[in-house]
Amino acid sequence: MTPFLKVGILSIQGDIEENSNAIKESFEVLEIEGTIIHIKDFHDLDEIDGLVIPGGESTVMGMLLFFQGVQTDLIKKKIQEGLPILGTCAGLIMLSNKAYDKTIGETKQSLLKVLDVTIERNAFGRQQESFESELDIPYLGERRFNGVFIRGPAITEIGNNVEIIAEYDKKIVAVRQNNILGTSFHPELANDNRFHTNLVKLMVEYNRSKKRT
Amino acid sequence: MAISLIPANRKMKGQKVSIEGDIKVVRGSILVKRGFAHMQKHGVIMDVTNVEQAQIAEEAGAVAVMVLDKLPYDVRKAGGVARTAGVKTIEEIMHAVSIPIMAKCRIGHYSEAKMLETCGVDMIDESEVLTPADEENHIWKWEFTTPFVNGAKDLGEALRRIEEGASMIRTKGEPGTGNVAEAVNHIRKMNKEIRVLKAAYLDNDYQEIIKLAREYMVSMEVAMEVGRLGRLPIVNFAAGGITTPADASFLMKLGCDGVFVGSGIFKSEDPSSRAKAVVLATTFYDNEKEVLEAQKMVDEKKSLVGLDTKNLDLRMQERGPSV
Repeated sequence: MTPFLKVGILSIQGDIEENSNAIKESFEVLEIEGTIIHIKDFHDLDEIDGLVIPGGESTVMGMLLFFQGVQTDLIKKKIQEGLPILGTCAGLIMLSNKAYDKTIGETKQSLLKVLDVTIERNAFGRQQESFESELDIPYLGERRFNGVFIRGPAITEIGNNVEIIAEYDKKIVAVRQNNILGTSFHPELANDNRFHTNLVKLMVEYNRSKKRT
Repeated sequence: MAISLIPANRKMKGQKVSIEGDIKVVRGSILVKRGFAHMQKHGVIMDVTNVEQAQIAEEAGAVAVMVLDKLPYDVRKAGGVARTAGVKTIEEIMHAVSIPIMAKCRIGHYSEAKMLETCGVDMIDESEVLTPADEENHIWKWEFTTPFVNGAKDLGEALRRIEEGASMIRTKGEPGTGNVAEAVNHIRKMNKEIRVLKAAYLDNDYQEIIKLAREYMVSMEVAMEVGRLGRLPIVNFAAGGITTPADASFLMKLGCDGVFVGSGIFKSEDPSSRAKAVVLATTFYDNEKEVLEAQKMVDEKKSLVGLDTKNLDLRMQERGPSV
């Protein structure tokens, strides 16, 4: 029997509804029952089977999370224990160890530091340089994936246990570290939910392992 | 569909297609332009006139800054012609903060907008706060790679701007007054008109939809899309007169996707705590305790005193082409 999933979406700022639609559509594809929980602080983490950090402005999300003095240790512990998580664009930056910007150097912003990568913010330039392009992503299957990059970051350094999922123009744009998925682009805007569907599959496994222990 | 791409099939000179290696890369597509606006959702965009203000805004958690020469309140006081901000100021701000930079150009002023695009701003606001440069036409925004935001008082205006290529809408409100009443009128009017279209769509009443499209002077295609979605096909922010955290929370509750704050922050006497407070109240707009906490961060004695919107010499919302 498939479990009833509770998927958290960090709902501080950004394209929250677009991610929530992608998750709902994934439920339908996989024929799974589930619900979305909008998380603005990290109090009710015990309930959720997975988390999505949407696109938006990473400085804003960081500032609002840490300003409230929220227990970020709690979420870090959860992720290290195997909570499946997807970070897109700003979400990827939030998960990373370190972020810097070409014009202003290492940013002072607050990060969760759970994904062992270094990020260059706005690596492809300003909005005029934002683009969409078909990417080869074997992790998702043979069909190419439409990557929508909006002032997107790139991954410049990765740790040993980080697997590269996609590259564009010799820059790393998607990675996986066990239960953590991060993308420079916006799968929630692509009209193709394979990333979210894979995340939901990880959540089903996580939910089962949670019940066993 | 992740985000609405209607109206489609317009001739888009601003869309740049290139083949790099063996892959096709598209810049300035409708998805990339509207996608940018979607990233601003649930955020606060703050009007700034210099680097110092831009840094205060970024630290307070603004999702983007809007650069202009004078804040709307000062535009009213100064009179004369209000034009786009100095290029030097815009460039200085672009180098000082990492969040997106938007800038205002005059309504219909194609060259001012092209100049802002070349300068590299992330979004252009074709704004009634500046003196309109064309009384007949708005800018044909499909010719730009940079996305545009436009003001609207009602659904018809919003849809006409969308047909011209706008990627984001904001209510006009009455800028620089410190009074949210007009912004509230505008969003309520839009919501009401959307409800009518949605009802016609749900009833499959095509005749009614065509009649409404004619009334709004827009295509059937875009009227159908509003009916189907039950909202504007692009992101819709509140703007014009927002001054306190409670104002921001109120407009979010009325269904806005985020807020612009103009004179409200930097014309007050407590800009940096007020900026933070408005951001908090926007994120936690439906949590009354958090809104109260945010409101505690500002001092009403330090708010922009404001102007009565009934007896204004200049009603900015009524400027520019009527169609």
